[in-house]
Amino acid sequence: MLNNNQISKLSVQDLHFYYGKFHALKGINLEIPEKKVTAFIGPSGCGKSTLLRTFNRMFELYPEQRATGSIKLDGQDLLTSKEDVALIRAKIGMVFQKPTPFPMSIFDNVAFGVKLFENLNATDLEERVEWALRKAALWSEVKDKLNQSGSGLSGGQQQRLCIARGIAIKPEVLLLDEPCSALDPISTSKIEELITELKSDYTVLIVTHNMQQAARCSDYTAYMYLGDLIEFGATDELFFKPNRKETEDYITGRFG
Amino acid sequence: MTTSEKLVATKASVPSRVQKFNQRNRTNKIALALSLFAMCFGIFWLIWILWETIRLGISGLTLATLTQMTPPPNEIGGIANAIYGSFLMVLLATFVGTPIGIMAGIYLAEYETKSWLANTTRFVNDILLSAPSIVIGLFVYAVIVTRFKSFSGWAGVIALAMIAIPVVIRTTENMLQLVPAGLREAAYALGAPKWKVITKITLRAARAGVVTGLLLAVARISGETAPLLFTALNNQFWTSSLSEPMASLPVTIFKFAMSPYENWQQLAWAGVFLITVAVLGLNILARVITRSKN
Repeated sequence: MLNNNQISKLSVQDLHFYYGKFHALKGINLEIPEKKVTAFIGPSGCGKSTLLRTFNRMFELYPEQRATGSIKLDGQDLLTSKEDVALIRAKIGMVFQKPTPFPMSIFDNVAFGVKLFENLNATDLEERVEWALRKAALWSEVKDKLNQSGSGLSGGQQQRLCIARGIAIKPEVLLLDEPCSALDPISTSKIEELITELKSDYTVLIVTHNMQQAARCSDYTAYMYLGDLIEFGATDELFFKPNRKETEDYITGRFG
Repeated sequence: MTTSEKLVATKASVPSRVQKFNQRNRTNKIALALSLFAMCFGIFWLIWILWETIRLGISGLTLATLTQMTPPPNEIGGIANAIYGSFLMVLLATFVGTPIGIMAGIYLAEYETKSWLANTTRFVNDILLSAPSIVIGLFVYAVIVTRFKSFSGWAGVIALAMIAIPVVIRTTENMLQLVPAGLREAAYALGAPKWKVITKITLRAARAGVVTGLLLAVARISGETAPLLFTALNNQFWTSSLSEPMASLPVTIFKFAMSPYENWQQLAWAGVFLITVAVLGLNILARVITRSKN
């Protein structure tokens, strides 16, 4: 569990999630530490992506999906908050499995989110876009073609563009849903480096199928199975001396 | 029978790999031949139509055709009033039909995808899409022409718009549905409001398809005759007033081609040529737009 001096950024209490009648999350309780990387591992269908999508209330786009319980961001309950969901999403950015560049220029891709919440003049906006692209380790590759379409970039570049787009609006939390599963090893290592750097400013949550990736770049790891949180703890402890037999079976590959 | 003999027997009854392969190869060749035949059959008629249109149309195409009004039988004249009438009515029908069609398409694809209202709209739209255009012509005749007691360009515009709208609705909805859900989610994840996601992201991603649908709708209505017969009727003279009966290319062609007068027939072919070129041009433009997207 969290160390005593570790501040909790997101606090999940008794969270249940339903896809229609299917009970996908069965009472999750979890404290996610601030400015750390927390990884979610587990076999397909265990609910880790579902859990991630409750943090920014993405599930609300689909009327048959619903969540009960509470998720608190710095004490504010996100699920029952009267605050506009757009403002919550501005605080909790998300990057998806497949790169999704918008059908516009590289510059506009990054500026899109910024313009939703801030009225920056042209110079400030350019600075912000450059800042985000540098942060996402993409600036040197695209600085001469900011006006070209984002879909012309390689898969790895597109994914870093999506990360830049996410951090350009300066969120507090960044949700990464298997951000490297569509990428080659070189792009993957670039994004992993990036994740490690991002944690100095952001609380990062990452869902991954790759246990080495979880071991390499996370501080805390949660193991989930069939909608339950089986074990949560510091990554080193969870990987080297797991408390639960199920966790050990999964990370050593004896599972199933 | 020993076991080895049994094995040989079963092997012989199953066609060998080579036999299977040859059989597949034959089927493949037959399928290819049939599709080639079907293609040639289609292309043959298309080329014949184009050839006749060009052969008979070009000879009737002079400067007078483009600048003078429709003449009485056996006198010199052109089809300028019909060209202008067609152009104006198609333009206005597109102008009226585009926003309605696109907005309804957005409603169906982005707002109410499964509600009863959406399903009903979709059903009615499908009926409109396949309704014979003469029915629409008669409807506008009954509702507009008899009420205002006059055939008019406006009635023609309304009839053409009613034919264009279902086409635009259908293509807009289909093209928006093709936009991957991930793109929408990514925009919502940034905190974008719905209208912004639609106008800036999904509609933009589907732009090429929507424009193509629009061009095809324009191509469709520029050749429609039946809905104009009962609405805009025809006019021998130049008029820019839409409250008067208005000439159009399809109706003029219909009237002139059926006549026994040679100069009228020649003008009809010139009109056919112009419409064909315009529709062909629109189709090619639609193709170019879709391709440049990919």
